[in-house]
Formats: sequence, structure tokens, C-alpha cells
Amino acid sequence: MSALQKMMGWVDDRFPLTATYKAHLSEYYAPKNFNFWYFFGSLALLVLVMQIVTGIFLTMNYKPDSMLAFASVEYIMRDVDWGWLIRYMHSTGASMFFVVVYLHMFRGLMYGSYRKPRELIWIFGVLIYLALMAEAFLGYLLPWGQMSYWGAQVIVNLFSAVPFVGEDLSLWIRGDYVISDATLNRFFAFHVIALPLVLIALVAVHLVALHEVGSNNPDGIEIKKKKDPVTHIPLDGIPFHPYYTVKDIVGVIVFLMVFSAIVFFGPTMGGYFLESNNFIPADPLKTPPHIAPLWYFTPFYAILRAVPPMFGSQFPGVVAMGLSIVLLFFLPWLDRGKVKSIRYRGPIYKFALALFIVAFVGLGYLGLLPPSPVATILAQTFSVIYFLFFLLMPWYTSIDKTKPEPERVTG
Amino acid sequence: MKRLKKILFLLAAVPVIACASEGGPPLDKAPVNLSDHASLQRGARIFVNYCLNCHSAASMRYSRMQDLGLTEDQIKENLMFAAEKPGETMTVAMDKKEAKGWFGSAPPDLSVIARARGSDWLYTYLRSFYRDDSRPTGWNNVVFDKVAMPHVLWSLQGEMVPVMKKEGEHEVIERLELAKPGSVTLAEYDAMVGDLVNYLTWMGEPAQLERKQLGLIVLAFLAFFFVVVYYLKKEFWKDVH
Amino acid sequence: MSQEADGQKVDTRKRKFLIAATSAVGGVAVAGVAVPLVMSMLPSARAKAAGAPVEVDISKIEPGMLLTAEWRGKPVWVVNRTKEMLDLMAKHNDKLVDPNSEQPQQPEYCKNATRSIKPEFLVVVGICTHLGCSPTYRKEVGAEDLGADWPGGFLCPCHGSRFDLAARVFKNVPAPTNLVIPPHQYLSAGKIQIGVDAKGA
Repeated sequence: MSALQKMMGWVDDRFPLTATYKAHLSEYYAPKNFNFWYFFGSLALLVLVMQIVTGIFLTMNYKPDSMLAFASVEYIMRDVDWGWLIRYMHSTGASMFFVVVYLHMFRGLMYGSYRKPRELIWIFGVLIYLALMAEAFLGYLLPWGQMSYWGAQVIVNLFSAVPFVGEDLSLWIRGDYVISDATLNRFFAFHVIALPLVLIALVAVHLVALHEVGSNNPDGIEIKKKKDPVTHIPLDGIPFHPYYTVKDIVGVIVFLMVFSAIVFFGPTMGGYFLESNNFIPADPLKTPPHIAPLWYFTPFYAILRAVPPMFGSQFPGVVAMGLSIVLLFFLPWLDRGKVKSIRYRGPIYKFALALFIVAFVGLGYLGLLPPSPVATILAQTFSVIYFLFFLLMPWYTSIDKTKPEPERVTG
Repeated sequence: MKRLKKILFLLAAVPVIACASEGGPPLDKAPVNLSDHASLQRGARIFVNYCLNCHSAASMRYSRMQDLGLTEDQIKENLMFAAEKPGETMTVAMDKKEAKGWFGSAPPDLSVIARARGSDWLYTYLRSFYRDDSRPTGWNNVVFDKVAMPHVLWSLQGEMVPVMKKEGEHEVIERLELAKPGSVTLAEYDAMVGDLVNYLTWMGEPAQLERKQLGLIVLAFLAFFFVVVYYLKKEFWKDVH
Repeated sequence: MSQEADGQKVDTRKRKFLIAATSAVGGVAVAGVAVPLVMSMLPSARAKAAGAPVEVDISKIEPGMLLTAEWRGKPVWVVNRTKEMLDLMAKHNDKLVDPNSEQPQQPEYCKNATRSIKPEFLVVVGICTHLGCSPTYRKEVGAEDLGADWPGGFLCPCHGSRFDLAARVFKNVPAPTNLVIPPHQYLSAGKIQIGVDAKGA
């Protein structure tokens, strides 16, 4: 027995190292027919790690103080060796996190990855998405530019629309009568420690739940149903390592090329990743002429604006926005389709999903624009489509003409 | 696939609609060339002579101008009037509160002004001052109506007056005309402002040239890495049928 | 699962080679990311600017007196030593740990009997080499609390380390080495610059 084996034996007697490695990598059997859409889970994990690492190094030089915050970001950009790279990696990473997560969620919608027995994976996933939105929102205040300030002002004021306790609630969130030093300090605390811990924990349970039931695949059928009679290994499964590790590395490199192209050649992405107004220090006395949230929030912002105030209160809009995210949790039970994957669904679901994507992207676009009558009508139409996609789902998925699922996975 | 195309088509339409929704007078293209050290040095000189009396650039260290091909001694002799050491940042002695009293608003720090406003806007703005006796400073600006800053470079450009035209109910400014020539021609003035905006653009992010150079190396490296992992994947996936 | 099927043989050598190549290139990538992160922890441009050389006017220091300047956040003393001080200083070499400045605690041009460029002016970093306290200047010869043979020098209040007027450490005290002489140069007779090595040295 070699020294290495001996040492592994010593560790294994005390910690399930080999067993964990086998359970999650070398003997975790994933369907062999993963396609392009299955890259984004591992990429999301990569971006999470990148955000944590770059975030740690930014924290070494950033000052969470309303008098110093803006200048400390410029200090990082100029005076700290390689600070500009670390900062751009972090700011680009924030947007790319959402790109990857949206595509990952779209994959779930297409192939029915939220369906039984994967309901909890989906719910943990939606919680990750929620935590990520909170994390991004809190982080965006930190540069203390005009958009940071007024964006936070608008979002925190949403809470004041809550009946009865609203005013006190938003006062409590801010810790002051306006967004101020106190707000910046607490947002910093939540951004750098509280929410990252939540995110890591949620990602862990997301993965544990996934490895418990096994991955879905583009055919939406269970590979565990057809096992080798002798080895009990799924006939359509291949060990995650090495097959999907080597495949995911290819995805990682392609992603890093896109990521680097943005970081090195267009870190502001024409104002979508870093807004030009955010290069003006926060001024509590002067609102910029047009405030738009960052692109990844705009679909929900558009829903918020699409709902007119009722009984002199913005609350219905806030409720609609909250509901648009809460509905995601119920997706596993709203879908009554006989099959999971879009490949074997009937025309109704395909049409509904396409319409939903158009509405979601459309809302995202409208959320960037200043309000106008035409935009409002469009946003209202898209909002209705968004909600109907979920609310009518039990009906249209059950009457849809599905095709028979294959016995074994296809290509 | 069809759906993907639909999405792509929608995305392609986005910039078109976005452009249509933007207002304001048209902007002239600024002649920005960050590898032109001579232009950047001239711009730096104009900046310290004309702008740095009222505006600070508190994130910018004098010594950083070594990136523009200047030595520390050259910086000290030609560009440092308000500081003692090249390591200092470009601050001004003017008190923010007093300045607010004089101009109505404190002159903003210019460290990242090019990133906030855009080079084209700055280039157009600095060439769009005109005489307006209704304003306390006697100056107004086409792209920044009721601007608080007087036309600091007027002795160079001279005095411009607006030529009006009717547009429906309102009279709007069609163009500016030179009423009283300054010490340089308008073409020379445009070139000077071009140098200044070039410098401001550089100062907004002094690492930007380095960033792009490094980007090429990183992308080339990743392309090579891709080839390696592509063959690695292909080799292993021979097993999977 | 259908591995190694269809009579295809696995080319183990090719796989090993590709794994090695990926590991090597991946290693370069990881290093490429790690280097900027590690480098970002070096002194920033602001720290470097704050640690830039300082100029000190020494023309106003009376004989026997000490002036404290600040360089990189540390006290730097300039002592104008009198003739008597310099004479006394040469008489206790046997009580010192490193009388001839063998340890590299000074630039080459100060490795001499007075540990200075000009004999009268001592320029030294006022930080004890034991644990970093700042010693006090005790010029009075034979001070009561320091013993009759005290030739004048520096006493560290923290752990009692003693140094003479060339900042050389005495034997049997906690401090192991002489105090550090910073790089410095004379800009003129009355002006020195601390933080830059003497030209031509």
C-alpha cells in the first residue's frame, strides 16, 4: 500500500472523503444527454466563487462611509495595484451572475426540471435567486454614486407602501429619514457577510437535493428507471467525473472568454453593467432625470410600474411585484402536464412558454425606459401575460396534446 | 431554435428604440486617442492651467502622468502649481461652501467626469458657450442650459452668439456664430478642446489602455486553453455512445 | 453505460497527456488570477506617496539637541552631537554588542565609527530593535538612574534596552542589534533628505 493510500485510509476512517468524492463526482451518474443548457449550473457556481474572492479583496480597500465610499472606489480603480481588474471582475460578475442564473432557470422551465421529484431543488433555487437579488441590490448602494443612492431610495420606499407599518418599516430599514451613512453601513454588513453566508448555504442544499434525486435531462425522463441488472448503474447515466467535469471545463473556458471580453473591453457594457450616472457622487438634493434599476431587476420594476395606484396607495403595485416572484415557488404544483420536457409537450405549452419569454424580456426592456403612455400599456399587457402563464398553467398543461416520452434518452 | 431567433430579434430591436427615446441636442464626436501622448500632454497642460483653479481631480495623482511619457521632474516643473510632491492628488484650495456662494453650486470634482458625462458631451459642451446677458455670469450653454460655470476659455475662443430659428411656436438655437474673435481661430480652439477632452477621458480611467492590452493577452491565452480542453473533452467522450 | 465498447481501446497515454496539459494550462490560469490579487495587497500609490522621501531642515538644531522627523509613519531622529559627545562615544566599544556596525543596520556609507555621513549629525530611526517601542533621548552623562558610567544615549522605556549616541546597542539588554540608520542624503549643508540613498554612495 502506498503512502498516499495509507493516508487516505487514515482520513477515511475519520472523515468520509472517498465516500463523498464517489457519491458526488466519480459515482454520481448523470444522464449522458445533457446539452448546451446544462452548462449554466456549474457556471453559476463559478461566478459565485469569483464574486466571493474578488469581494474579499475589494473589502480590503473599500470604506463603508458616506463621506469616503465614492472616493474609495476610485482609490481601488487607480491607487491599488490591479484594483481596477478586481473591481471590474466584481461588477461584471454581478451582471453575469444574473445572465447565467436566468439561463439556468429557463433550462428548468424548458425541460420541466422543477417537476416531481425535484420540487425542493426548484424551491431552493428560487430562494437562491431571491437571495441573489437582495445581494445585488445591497451591493449596488456601496459605490455611493447617484444611481446607487436613488435606486436604493426608490426600492426602500416601496416598503413604505405597505399599509399601516410601511413608514416605520422603511425607516427601520434605512436607520435614518433618508438613505444615509447608517444605511450604507448596514447594507455593507449584509452584503459582505450575511447574504453570502445565506447564498452558500442555499447552494449547498440545492446541490444536496439534486444529488439525492439525480439530474433531470432534456428528455425529461428518469434514468434511474432503467438500470443495469448487475451493477445497478443507470443505463443512460455516466459518472459526473470525468465526463461532465471535462465537459464543464469547456463551458467554463467559453464563459471566461465572454467574461474577459466584457471586463477588458467594455466593463460598463454601454451603461447596462455600470451606469454613467453612478460616476457622479451621491447627492441627496439632486435626483438624476431618469432612474432605471440595473437590467436584471427591470422586468419586476416594469410590473411594479404597470399597476396603477389604487385607493391612493402604491401597495397593489408592490404586491404584484412580490407576487410575480412568489408564483415561481408554486410552479411544481401548477404544472399538470403528462410530460416534463418541452420536446414532448404539445403546442399550447410551447406557445405559452414562448409568449412568457417575450413578455419577460419585453418587461425587462420597458423597465429601462422612462414611463410613457405607450410603454405603460405594453407593460400592462406583458404583466398580464406573465401572470396568466402561471395562473392558467393547471388548465392549459392538462389539456395539451403531449407526445409519448421515449423509454431511453435520445441524442 | 425558432424561439431563440425571436428573442434575438427582439434584443436586436432594443438599441433602435433606445436611441429614439433619447433627447437633447446632437453631440459632436470627440477626437479621443489615448495613445497620442503629445495630445494628452497638451490636454494636461490646459487642464492644470484652466480647470484646476476651481475644479479638483481628487482621485488623480500628479505622478500618474508619468504614464503619458512625462518624467517626474517634467511634471513638477510644468504641471504642478498647487502641490509640492508628485505623489499628491489634484486638489484645489477653494472652499466648497464659498464656491457654492459664488457660482450657485460647487464645481464638481473632475476625476471621473468623462465617465459620468461622456467624452462627446464634454467636447460639445466646452465648444457651446454663448453670450446670454440674462445669466448672472453672462454666459449660457447649448448642451447645458443655465449652466453655473462661466466660459473660462472665452479669451481663446472669443464670444459666440446664437443664431435662432423658428420651430413651431418656439425659437430655438440653430447654431452659434463668432461675434468677437478670441486669441486663437475656431479650428485651433476645437483642437485645444479636443486635447483637453482627450486628457479628461484618460484621467477618467488611467488604466484603460493597459486594460485593453492585457485583455488581448488574456483572450489569446483562453483561446489556447480552449483548444486543449476541447481535445480533452473529445477524448473522454469517445467512451460515451 | 457503454464505456470501452465496440472494440475501441482507450488510449491511456493520450488521456494522461491531455490531463497533464489541462492541469498545466489551468495552473497558469490560476496563477494569473492569483498574482493580481496578491499584488493588490502591496502598498498602494497612496501609501507610496505618503512614504515618499522627506526633507528635513537641520540647520536650526542646537548642538546636543535632537529633532524628530516623520518618515513612513516612523520617528526619525536627527541629533547634533557635540565634540565631547563624539569623544565619549569612542571609549566604550568593549561594552557594545556590535561596535563596528557589522550587522547591516545601516547603509554602507554609514558603516563607520559615528554611523553617520557627517560625524556630528546622527540620523536614525527611533524604533527599538527589540519590540518596536520608541526609546527616549537621555544625553545627560552619568544620569542617576542609569549609572555613573552612562555616556549619554537612548533608553527604551519598555524593556530597558540601552543605546549609545551612535545608536549602538549595549550588551546585556533585550535589544539584539543597533538602531536602524535610514537611507538619507545631504541636499545642502543645512538640509537632508530621508528615504533616498546618498548620491554616489
